[in-house]
Amino acid sequence: MTTATRWEPVIGLEVHVHLATSSKMFCRCEARFGAPPNTLVCPVCTSQPGTLPVLNAEALRRGVLAGLALGCTIDPHTKFDRKNYFYPDLPKGYQISQFDRPLCRDGRFRYRMPDGADREATIVRAHLEEDSGKIIHPEGMDLSLVDLNRAGTPLLEIVSGPDLHSPEEAMAYLQELRRTLRAVGAGDCDMEKGGFRCDANVSLRPAGTETLGTRTETKNLNSFKFVAGALQAEIERQGAVLDGGGEVVQQTMAYDPVSGRTRPLRGKEDAHDYRYFPEPDLPEFRVDPAWVETLRASLPELPHDRHARYTGELGLSAGDADALVAERELGDYFEAAVAITGRPKETANWLLTEVLRLVNERKIALGELALGPERLAELVQLVDAGGVSVQAGRRLATEMEVRPDATAAALAEELDLVQVSDDGALRALVDEVVGQETDVVERYRGGNAGLLNALLGSVMKASRGKADPKAARELLLETLGPAGDG
Amino acid sequence: MLSATAIAARVRSGEFDPQEVTEAAIRRLEARDPQVHAYLDPDLERARRCADAVAETLRRGEDPGRLAGVPVSLKDNMAVEGATLTAGSRILEGYRAPYTSHVAQRLLAEGAVLLGRTNLDEFAMGASTENSAYGPSRNPWDRDRVPGGSSGGSAAAVAAGIVPVALGSETGGSIRQPAALCGVTGFKPTYGAVSRHGLVAFGSSLDVIGPIACHAEDAALVHDVIAGHDPRDATTWTGERPSALTERADLEGLRIGIPEEFLDDAVDARVLERVSAAIAQLEEGGAITRVVPKGSLPSMHLAIPVYYLVACSEASSNLARFDGIRYGPAREEAAELHERYAATRAGLFGPEVRRRILLGTFSLSAGYADAWYKKALQVRRLILDEFRALFADYDLLAGPTSPFGAFKIGERSKDPYAMYLCDLLTAPACLAGLPSVSVPCGLARKGAYKGLPVGLSLTGPAGHDHKVLAAARAYEAVRGAPERSPLQEDEA
Repeated sequence: MTTATRWEPVIGLEVHVHLATSSKMFCRCEARFGAPPNTLVCPVCTSQPGTLPVLNAEALRRGVLAGLALGCTIDPHTKFDRKNYFYPDLPKGYQISQFDRPLCRDGRFRYRMPDGADREATIVRAHLEEDSGKIIHPEGMDLSLVDLNRAGTPLLEIVSGPDLHSPEEAMAYLQELRRTLRAVGAGDCDMEKGGFRCDANVSLRPAGTETLGTRTETKNLNSFKFVAGALQAEIERQGAVLDGGGEVVQQTMAYDPVSGRTRPLRGKEDAHDYRYFPEPDLPEFRVDPAWVETLRASLPELPHDRHARYTGELGLSAGDADALVAERELGDYFEAAVAITGRPKETANWLLTEVLRLVNERKIALGELALGPERLAELVQLVDAGGVSVQAGRRLATEMEVRPDATAAALAEELDLVQVSDDGALRALVDEVVGQETDVVERYRGGNAGLLNALLGSVMKASRGKADPKAARELLLETLGPAGDG
Repeated sequence: MLSATAIAARVRSGEFDPQEVTEAAIRRLEARDPQVHAYLDPDLERARRCADAVAETLRRGEDPGRLAGVPVSLKDNMAVEGATLTAGSRILEGYRAPYTSHVAQRLLAEGAVLLGRTNLDEFAMGASTENSAYGPSRNPWDRDRVPGGSSGGSAAAVAAGIVPVALGSETGGSIRQPAALCGVTGFKPTYGAVSRHGLVAFGSSLDVIGPIACHAEDAALVHDVIAGHDPRDATTWTGERPSALTERADLEGLRIGIPEEFLDDAVDARVLERVSAAIAQLEEGGAITRVVPKGSLPSMHLAIPVYYLVACSEASSNLARFDGIRYGPAREEAAELHERYAATRAGLFGPEVRRRILLGTFSLSAGYADAWYKKALQVRRLILDEFRALFADYDLLAGPTSPFGAFKIGERSKDPYAMYLCDLLTAPACLAGLPSVSVPCGLARKGAYKGLPVGLSLTGPAGHDHKVLAAARAYEAVRGAPERSPLQEDEA
């Protein structure tokens, strides 16, 4: 047996998500990435003596939304606790977090593997806490600088059960989690801005057993690539230790993306004693179950469910469904358009090719396009009814974007893109091409059946894209007969 | 010195000029503070600016407010933008507050003149002001003695007749005990009745701000001004809050219990004598007083250890921000980060603060928290329940505020536990969050505290701040104006 088959990895992930609030968790400072250092601060988030925290209701609301999307129970009585430790990026010397009464607990979260298989992970808990500031080590200088802009921004820490058994499962879980949190508006989950950070608990156990081995925790994985790399590296490292008859030591690890290895950061004996105790400045509070139900009712269809509906009921390919659920706006656009066209595949196709092309070319958001879902539906219907060819439809899409006032049909007329399917006009075009391209016609007749497409292309070109390709093809066949007869 | 109520009335009526009132207070401060060291920063310029603002308001024909022109001093653990905020500690030496506390905003909004910031035990940890990094204050009745603490500077300033009223803060007795030892009125409101916004935290679940005044009426007036919901302090009460000043001050029919537990053996006999006389005066005033036999407060004997566990646990966390990175004078560089923290904190915190941080850190530590911190919270709950049961039968509870009178400087400072016993009778109401007032009830006639003031404590149910202060006003009306300290006598 190889290491990989002898040992089964057991992975649990702790994900820190920045909740998408406009202000910080316990003060009114703006919660924004990228401002000059220490410009988004006040006496509260710099922890001046005598300041007190006041809970931002929006952070609570988004935390509840996230918890509901993860299938969690929302605790009707919850509280904050202090997690005590010294570090220069932690101005109070403690972090306001939640210890024994997390806002959300006992969730079940379904995620989809790349091959389409469905998996489920338990969510042990998800709790609110404040972020720390940032320490900057300027190059070539023997000092460290502290930026407190991030200090006090709201986070939700989501702790999965030890239910993931491969880096692939872990990645699929993380991607589903990110899609879901974005879809419900809990957070932007922008990894580059630190809005979605992951700690990974990893242990190995003999394949086929249910015991739990000694685990390590690899901290601060801030990209999907690093998570995958760190998990692989740590699984291999632990496998080698166990294969060599050694024991895995419980410790905190760091991942070095350059070497692709994990290394110990600190051991169990150096583990912090955080001396948790109830935050006396924030009394225990009630989360009104009726309000929670209102939020539950307001949840959008989750990406996982949407994907299942798209591939099932709507008959879309897994790839198209993947693309449509990746961003909530895209899925919503699709929903609005398909409600009019009733043609899911065609609508998805036009959206994912032509509409996204326009978004990329124009470098604007989907919602800013003049070619909204209703107008795309016009276009899809026009093509579908044979009013314009697919090729002309592409041009029409571009024109519709710059002519927000005109309908698809009017523009097609105006730009002379209306498809030629009228027998007389088409026959003239076909005759013209057959008359001109004698060489190709000769080889076609000689048995090269594939050249029919070349001739069709010439007919389309001669019609400047307006010919109905299906009708043109039939006419060509009628005129020339099957290949190889001559 | 006139009462705050009288000053405000005369300033509002135009009879008094606020600038002259302020200059008179400044003259008293300059003459008397050298004898008592009540002030850490007199900040006279700020007082003059406040007076100018009140005068300007009057010139515009507007009402400066309920405290028009009244000089009020703040304990130096309450933030005023641009002013010092040492909390009696070296670690905040030179620090200037970047914002103004709720209480100071409320006072200013009612036309008060903020006159200086008063001395205190470092971070309000102590009962004598001897733990101040800037030297102790002295008792205006006997300058070899302590004024009590931790709000000793505020109590001394009022007893010396410098200001009619000052603010103190209390965690385990820090308003009422110095008020008792200085012969003035000190009121600790219900926990959450007054916003802690801008108060340097000690024990957050206990800390509360209240007035220290010559007259109970002034304490009621100032409490009315500073109390009330503040969205910046999530622990403040949102409910209805009757005025303590207009509540009918009448002892008639008031049911007052004196739990035997308040008459502990540790209480000085001459103190007890004065308190017994005061209870007789309450009875004469119409109150129905009764000694409650031992057993009504069975957990009270645990109040001191429970109080120190809770307050120190919270303090160990509250004081973590003073890590030498943002506060404190420049210190020698240590090689490693944690060494630097240790060097700063060992060098700039005084011994009592270090002791309490150690105690609190231990009490919260893994493996010990169940036995100490969490157990303490359970007993705290019992104490609250026992008080609640008593208030089913009594409107108020009475007893001595402090087991003894003002002690000599140095007398208790070598023995921390002897100092902790100062809180014996005040800590229970703090743990239960109850409103409680200490009113002067005369001078000890004999013994170690002969000629020194004794305080009577009146404690009510949570939220009954107005009732407690009304009773204090009624008691003062029955007994007559409190004795004045020798420093005030000079005035006459």
